[in-house]
Amino acid sequence: MKNNVLIIHPRDNVAVALTAMTAGDMVTANGIEPFKTMDEIPVSHKIAIRDISIGEEIIKYGETVAVSTQIIKKGQWVHTHNLESKRWKK
Amino acid sequence: MNDIRGYVRKNGSVGIRNHVLILPTVSCVNGVVNRIGREVPEAICAPHAYGCGRGGLRDVEILFRILSGLVHHPNVGGVVLIGLGCEVSNTTNLLPLINDANKPIEIFNVQTDGGSIETSRKGIAAARRMLADISSQPRVPVPWGKMLIAMECGGSDAMSGVTANVAIGAVSDWLVEKGSTVIFGENTEMIGTTHVLKRRAKNDRVAGQIEQMITRAEKLTQDVMGELASLVISPGNMDGGMSTIAEKSMGCIFKGGTSTINQVVDYGQAPSEHGLILQDGPGYDGDSMAGLAASGSQLMFFSTGRGNPVGFPAMPVIKIASNTMIYKAMKDDMDVNAGVLVEGHQLNQLRDQMIDLMIRVINGENTKAEVNGMEVLTFMTVHPPF
Repeated sequence: MKNNVLIIHPRDNVAVALTAMTAGDMVTANGIEPFKTMDEIPVSHKIAIRDISIGEEIIKYGETVAVSTQIIKKGQWVHTHNLESKRWKK
Repeated sequence: MNDIRGYVRKNGSVGIRNHVLILPTVSCVNGVVNRIGREVPEAICAPHAYGCGRGGLRDVEILFRILSGLVHHPNVGGVVLIGLGCEVSNTTNLLPLINDANKPIEIFNVQTDGGSIETSRKGIAAARRMLADISSQPRVPVPWGKMLIAMECGGSDAMSGVTANVAIGAVSDWLVEKGSTVIFGENTEMIGTTHVLKRRAKNDRVAGQIEQMITRAEKLTQDVMGELASLVISPGNMDGGMSTIAEKSMGCIFKGGTSTINQVVDYGQAPSEHGLILQDGPGYDGDSMAGLAASGSQLMFFSTGRGNPVGFPAMPVIKIASNTMIYKAMKDDMDVNAGVLVEGHQLNQLRDQMIDLMIRVINGENTKAEVNGMEVLTFMTVHPPF
């Protein structure tokens, strides 16, 4: 099956959706076991590829791009509703 | 094979093109430059809007650095310099900065060479003479250590930081491994990534320069744009999946790859170090390209999602489309489709395809922007003219 997310860096805990996905779709990428999405994921948005706890750093490009504000389960959509900027706190 | 061949200049630099450049010192003589260009289409013309009317020290410094950088550019085998006479960057003032270029340079001034028609006639003859003289110079094998390659993004979309810049970053890492130098600027697009770039700095001094550069870019953005600054420095396109400024900027800086940052250079300044170099230059494409070219970059990779076709005089630009739609819509302008990453292609396959193309371009194959004659010269100014 064709990959539908891109994991940019091995350290990343989120992947980028290469197509729009609906909840329950199978997520496939190199180096990970396929798993199901839990949310609708718009194209080019982030999806958690492992469980993320509150206050944990969101890693994309191998670097911290945000901090989670909620427990985020593997397969969930990761965006402004469940993270905050380390730079400019909400 | 990764062998590359170029033109070795007398000062040891290596060109991947052997152009005759027709360069005006001031916009007032662009017509002469264009006339020469019509008669000698093999030459590269670089008309521009500057050369006078800006007295601030910083603007004068940039003006001279860009003009001098283009004369010194390794892809330029000879220069026909067209001056006026009374401009700030007149050829008398420029001469001390370029007389070490060690290449054929012929200088004409419209005010003392008989007016625009007569100066054009002299310039045409000089350009033809110079083309004949330099055309016999052969390409010879050159080391990757002589290559300075610039990375740029412009007309970006939500996929630029996911496909095109990631692929360009992989090429950057490959080049640094090969001993080449990679440079990128666009300081406004580094805002939010100070911690990342500082950590990758070679030493504390470079880390300090990175912090200063980004802090200044952020302050300038806020000073100039006021309340509208949030359009630039807050999460730009949340609909595209960017959640924070750091994430947006990471997508930009990723085009430089993951190497140690060895030096920060000023706008248009040539690096003295190898490896990955940052340039303290603006985000606007044309101005950024001029700074990177004046630093001596022989070649540029340029990612675009919305489809920017712009090229640069004497510096080949390889266009990387971030998505298949714009690649197909602008097929004559785009060299590579990084959108294939979305269609299941592997990053290392795309990277290798880009390296193959880069080698062919270094060895003489024209990029789309070269074929289309999309070159334009515009560069940074700080103050309005008076």
